[in-house]
Amino acid sequence: MSLKRPAKDQPDHFEFSSTSLEAANNIISNYPEGKQQSAVMALLYIAQKQNNNWIPLAAMKYIAKFLNMPYIQVYEVATFYSMYNLSPVGKYLVQVCTTTPCMIRGANKLVEACKEKISKNESELSSDKSCSWKEVECLGACVNSPMMQINDNYYEDLDKNKTLKILDKILKGETPKSGSYRGRINNEPENNRKTLMDLKNA
Amino acid sequence: MLKDNDRIFQNLYNDLGSDVISSQKRGDWVNTKEIINKGRDWIINEIKESQLRGRGGAGFPTGLKWSFAPKEVGSRPHYLVINGDESEPGTCKDRDILRFEPHKLIEGCLITSYAVQAHVCYIYIRGEYFVEGQKLQTAINEAYEKNLIGKNAAGSGWDLDVYIHYGAGAYICGEETALLESIEGKKGQPRLKPPFPALIGLYGCPTIINNVETIAVVPTILRKGGKWFASLGREKNTGTKIFCISGNVNNPCNVEEEMSIPLKELIEVHAGGVIGGWDNLQAVIPGGSSMPLIPKEKCETLTMDFDSLIAEKSGLGTAGVVVINKDQDIIKCMARIAKFYKHESCGQCTPCREGSGWMWRMLERMAKGEASKDEVDMLEDVTKQIEGHTICAFGEGSAWPVQGLLRHFKNEIKKRNKFDPIVKENKNIPYLVDQHLLDKNA
Repeated sequence: MSLKRPAKDQPDHFEFSSTSLEAANNIISNYPEGKQQSAVMALLYIAQKQNNNWIPLAAMKYIAKFLNMPYIQVYEVATFYSMYNLSPVGKYLVQVCTTTPCMIRGANKLVEACKEKISKNESELSSDKSCSWKEVECLGACVNSPMMQINDNYYEDLDKNKTLKILDKILKGETPKSGSYRGRINNEPENNRKTLMDLKNA
Repeated sequence: MLKDNDRIFQNLYNDLGSDVISSQKRGDWVNTKEIINKGRDWIINEIKESQLRGRGGAGFPTGLKWSFAPKEVGSRPHYLVINGDESEPGTCKDRDILRFEPHKLIEGCLITSYAVQAHVCYIYIRGEYFVEGQKLQTAINEAYEKNLIGKNAAGSGWDLDVYIHYGAGAYICGEETALLESIEGKKGQPRLKPPFPALIGLYGCPTIINNVETIAVVPTILRKGGKWFASLGREKNTGTKIFCISGNVNNPCNVEEEMSIPLKELIEVHAGGVIGGWDNLQAVIPGGSSMPLIPKEKCETLTMDFDSLIAEKSGLGTAGVVVINKDQDIIKCMARIAKFYKHESCGQCTPCREGSGWMWRMLERMAKGEASKDEVDMLEDVTKQIEGHTICAFGEGSAWPVQGLLRHFKNEIKKRNKFDPIVKENKNIPYLVDQHLLDKNA
């Protein structure tokens, strides 16, 4: 089990912006009447996005009222799932996959790069408070390992130098191009493709 | 090697585009209405005849699962739920279906929904696959615009709504009942079975849950016929399967191949061979991290299907093949997998919650050579105490890889961890006790 603690400094107040409100109501309409609690996960995401990538306790209370469910149940969901950030993580959250398939292809080098560029310890903000990094469990891009995720995007087929360059970019506030950094097309075997060649050459 | 025109996922590498027009060009959404008009029984029988088994890991016969849905819709509506919470280390096949073949999945949802009499389908995608989810949403919107889903979907007379529900980074939500809890807006902890979801599932209503790949192959099976699908592979292990080959190979890749393909062919032909040559192979995890590893000697002749892997005390699982060569420390590799399970245990059942961390700590020490001789047996005992004593199969999932390590690499562990335990005499300690709890002066 993973341990998650809310941040010490909490804002007093939270409410959805008009765009968040619209998105939230759209999500609720995906579920049967009276089952609006189903929307809690999506609403936490919306709150996280609106509040600079993390969820304050005030947002959980707000969502609880919004969905007419007990606050503790929102808290339970927010602490159970690993993708809800309960303390500030910066504008860019770098998640390095270090599970076995990535580990045996050198994921520790990516961790080294993060330690050099962002912060010494994981889940610690960089000196300019713009980003943070952490090790995570399998991100489901094992044939593109080692890889990492920055906010919504996957960065694949990395090594230490490539990671350093990507991190340089985010530290400058730019969003680097996502996908493979060895120039390969999606999940095909590089220079060794033997299937569906007619389509590739078409 | 499988012939190209027998491959279901023609756009696995996105040569053709994933939009609805390109998908229709390669045969999706063609004659969907006619297929549905052949009726429920025909569809379910054809799937039974194809001997399709679930692609999510357990390999349960799909046609049989569908037939568990109540024949008549009572006061409670039926639901179809698609499991796209792909989180098993070594597996990344659903990701490619979601982003490159979304229309195969949506069409499969329509046909399956009709077969199990559901008007609402939820596709549960792991939260990390946000970009893939957006691509699927685009495809869903396209399908609505073209009236392929929605009211009178594809002219079939059946109404269907499809929604995406994002997870948020919990491996356990890949377990079907935990997934239902998650859709209901709760933390993802598995439910006791029975009752089975086919009778009491989402919101207490009859629910059929299938993996993304399982549903995405359904339209093609119905078009080409169950017999065609059953002619590939071997009896009860039929059809094609997307294999994900990762780890220490020269060209890690996803490839759709015939069931029962030799493992060696998969690695040598498609993945460009083991780094350092075949002789440098140490072991292979054949079906995602929860399946016990297979040592090199057995890899020579092993064929990749459900039953032949069960015969090797492993399993096909999700067909995520992780190749580990001799440059890697096998104990460290398994310790990392144990850490994964420690992190992902939902904490509901004590054997798994406590045992997964215990196994991880022991394996970490064993990798460093800091464990005592006795702990090797203790580790085995812990795996046995977890296995079969938890609500969901996650317990087995965490225990099996460790058992696999002990089965094939016990000597390696013993060689590294030689020192005698602190307690030498038999104190008749009643049950499992961690070493540090014992009186050190005894």
